[in-house]
Amino acid sequence: MSSRSLSDKPVGVIGAGNFGSAVANLLARQRKVLLYARDEKVVKRISEGLPNRGHVMHSNVVPTCDLAEVAEECEVIFPIVPSTHFRAMMRKLARHLRPYHILIHGTKGFDLTLPKNETIETVAQLDRTQVKTMSEVIQEESIVVRVGCLAGPNLARELAEGHPSATVVASHFDEVISIGKRLLRNENFQVYGNNDLVGVELAGVLKNIIAIASGALSGMGYGENARGLLISRGVIEMIYLGRALGGDLRAFLGLAGIGDLVTTCNSSLSRNFQVGFKLAQGIPLPDILAGMDEIAEGVDTVRIVKKCADYYRVRAPITSILYKVLFENMTVNDALQYLMRYPLDVDIDFL
Amino acid sequence: MNSTATGDGFCVIFTAPMEVLETKNKNKKYKPILEGIPDWPVYQLSKNRKEFIEEVVQEALTRVHSLRPSPRQLAEELETTVYREQQRMKRNRWRVDPPDEPRFWAKIKEELSFNADTSDEEIAAKTRELLHRIVSRYANEIAGNFKPSSYKFAREVVKFWFSRLLNGARVKKFGAFFRNQYTLRDKIHIVGKVKHLRRLARQGTVIMVPTHFSNLDSILIGWVIHSLGLPAFIYGAGLNLFNIKIFAYFMNSLGAYKVDRRKKNLPYLETLKAYSTLAIQKGAHSLFFPGGTRSRSGMIEKNLKRGLLSTAIEAQRNIYMNAIPGETPRKIFVVPVTLNYHFVLEAPDLIDDYLSIKGQDRYLPEADKYGSWQLLQFLFKFFTKGSNISVSIGQGLDVMGNYVDDHGNSLDAEGRLINTEDYFKSNGQITVDLQREDEYTRMLSQKIVKEYHRINRVFSSHLVAFVAFELWQKKYPRLDLFGLLRLPEEDQVLEYEVFREACQRVRKQIVKLKKEGKINIATHMKSDIDTVIRHGLDNVGIFHLKRPLLMNKEGNIITRDFNTLYYYHNRLVGYELEKFV
Repeated sequence: MSSRSLSDKPVGVIGAGNFGSAVANLLARQRKVLLYARDEKVVKRISEGLPNRGHVMHSNVVPTCDLAEVAEECEVIFPIVPSTHFRAMMRKLARHLRPYHILIHGTKGFDLTLPKNETIETVAQLDRTQVKTMSEVIQEESIVVRVGCLAGPNLARELAEGHPSATVVASHFDEVISIGKRLLRNENFQVYGNNDLVGVELAGVLKNIIAIASGALSGMGYGENARGLLISRGVIEMIYLGRALGGDLRAFLGLAGIGDLVTTCNSSLSRNFQVGFKLAQGIPLPDILAGMDEIAEGVDTVRIVKKCADYYRVRAPITSILYKVLFENMTVNDALQYLMRYPLDVDIDFL
Repeated sequence: MNSTATGDGFCVIFTAPMEVLETKNKNKKYKPILEGIPDWPVYQLSKNRKEFIEEVVQEALTRVHSLRPSPRQLAEELETTVYREQQRMKRNRWRVDPPDEPRFWAKIKEELSFNADTSDEEIAAKTRELLHRIVSRYANEIAGNFKPSSYKFAREVVKFWFSRLLNGARVKKFGAFFRNQYTLRDKIHIVGKVKHLRRLARQGTVIMVPTHFSNLDSILIGWVIHSLGLPAFIYGAGLNLFNIKIFAYFMNSLGAYKVDRRKKNLPYLETLKAYSTLAIQKGAHSLFFPGGTRSRSGMIEKNLKRGLLSTAIEAQRNIYMNAIPGETPRKIFVVPVTLNYHFVLEAPDLIDDYLSIKGQDRYLPEADKYGSWQLLQFLFKFFTKGSNISVSIGQGLDVMGNYVDDHGNSLDAEGRLINTEDYFKSNGQITVDLQREDEYTRMLSQKIVKEYHRINRVFSSHLVAFVAFELWQKKYPRLDLFGLLRLPEEDQVLEYEVFREACQRVRKQIVKLKKEGKINIATHMKSDIDTVIRHGLDNVGIFHLKRPLLMNKEGNIITRDFNTLYYYHNRLVGYELEKFV
């Protein structure tokens, strides 16, 4: 190994989706970025200077479809691929990784390992031995230990337009947080650190559930009172679920929790919000999903979390009712009726 | 119980069931891996004891100064140290404590008083000098003193007397006292990765991390290390053990250094860590009990003390940093070991401690009630009355908790080679990052705990104690632990049939776990279930005045001591076996 300083080593980004491209552009303001895309057409398009998923790519971004090259060239890598493909991607990447690599992922979803011929619905129970966060997948599949995650209110389109925004880099390692800060920070982008890696990951994943519900409220034509109610009850549900799944309360009160939740619940840009919005208009789920170009992580999250909540005996009314809407043909209207009658009148009972 | 041989009279009564069951005893003698004691790293250390202590002092000074950089901070730290030491001497003085202690600290205290107008330079000079005195005192106290002659002597004494006791007690024939039919190897079964350990000890520095249940563990491990042909290891032995004279003698001769758990002040802890780090760096094989103290509850340790463990990681990083180009840096291997007993001498007191702390009704200071005499009594019972011990050696790990192969290469889950050095690199350079290493220590300790559970060897006595306690718990689902323990013992009877079936179910699950590589079992567990239960009942807490588990005249299961039953039951906590009772 040579002793090149951090500043002249390229940084890797794996996954050229919407968020991946936005992060690559953020990083490219300071240094060369190797952007991995599975699809050769995407690589070609970017190298020809054409926009990718609506992002005009920075000239410092070099596309590649060679994982080995990314691992070879970069010490710091940001994997940003959908949770359903994450483990498979890690398996391919793992053989090229060394213990000095630092991986900071930006995926807000769960990884699920089920026995053969079982589905989320048929399996007897779902607990934390089967449901993993992305940082846990990274550690299971590779020898990399210096792992972190990105979370917070980061709508890709607003990032691309340079609106003021902030993110959390969470890791057990101060080193990872400080590298994340150095790489990402700019005059419009603030970076905070948090040591509760799993808590921050959980906050980012769980908020997608509430985002769908928020979209549904908007789709019904309701206004800000309703949303205020949803968000505040939503945070509490997230905290209960998050604690049961191994997170700490504080992560949920920060940027990755409330910050991200408020943003996503108010944003028609968010894919999860759109799922809820269209549901409320009476469009069936399969049709909604077929019409989207990227995965709405929240839909699978609802399925997984509902089953986990049953196992850990956590009261999660929003998640369970959303499950019925998504998969058991309950109408959004009925769901709302149900929630409004839900017998729970203590405001805050977790502090 | 009946005897299998005819001529040997009643003594066989105790030992027969064991020997019938424990057939696969492959224990053999191993040749030393290093021929002469002068080659041993621990000997090298004590030969240059003075220089080594000076090195430790320098290292500890550097550490304390970097942690308390300003003179005023340091002065404050020293004041705290003096205060704590004086409190300790007032409240909890031990026989081993040197008589000049009060004077030493009084003097330090006197010199540590500064006026408001004392200049920063004066404070800096004074605190520097005082710290040096304190750290030197600590380093001298901690440092072990390995002497080949007394090591050899102790070794022979142990071998001779153990063998006399074994043979004299077991073979009741004229002259049996001087026979060598039985050796300690019949009593203590060493299982697991023995050859692997011997190979690792040749190629690198081994850090053995055993579970800790009894004060006897240190002597036991000492014997194991010797009988595996390994050079003596340095121990971090609790200073309280040096209160017992017999122990003190053995400890000193086996290369033990002293760890005083009463001293929690910064200079002491840093001196201790410096000692351990430097000794490991110099290639001295070491032994830590990472649980810190004996397991009070009887459970396998879950929260390990990270202080000494972190020195392994630090030493490895230093070795990589100081490596001469072209030379392969010496690697450090962490080897988890579990000690498996049917009987723990101190069990009643340990569990008492545990319960009183957990129950918070009263607080008991740590007091060891066992003097040399009790110990001898125990040893005599141990040798004369059955009850075997087994020691399971786990696979070696690098300091990051990756498995290593026989050549000391670290491997990932797919069997690919890992360069351990890379964990300490940032930007292509090895860097010192204490926060990172803290995190590594936490990861290593988690891995060690996992390995403990994996190599833990289940005995029949653990099985019966676990099942019996869980059955009682199930019988009174509304009672919490303390309510359950208060139940009048004489009323408690478990029907044998119910008990037997539960044992069968739990054993089945244990066998399943073993196939998945999550636990290990003793050979005697493979017999038919009635024999296993019989064996378990005969052995569980065998020498306690009040036996934790017995069979009554009607053939049902009863207890005479719920607390110790709970203690032995705890050995199998953490495997989710409760569901199967």
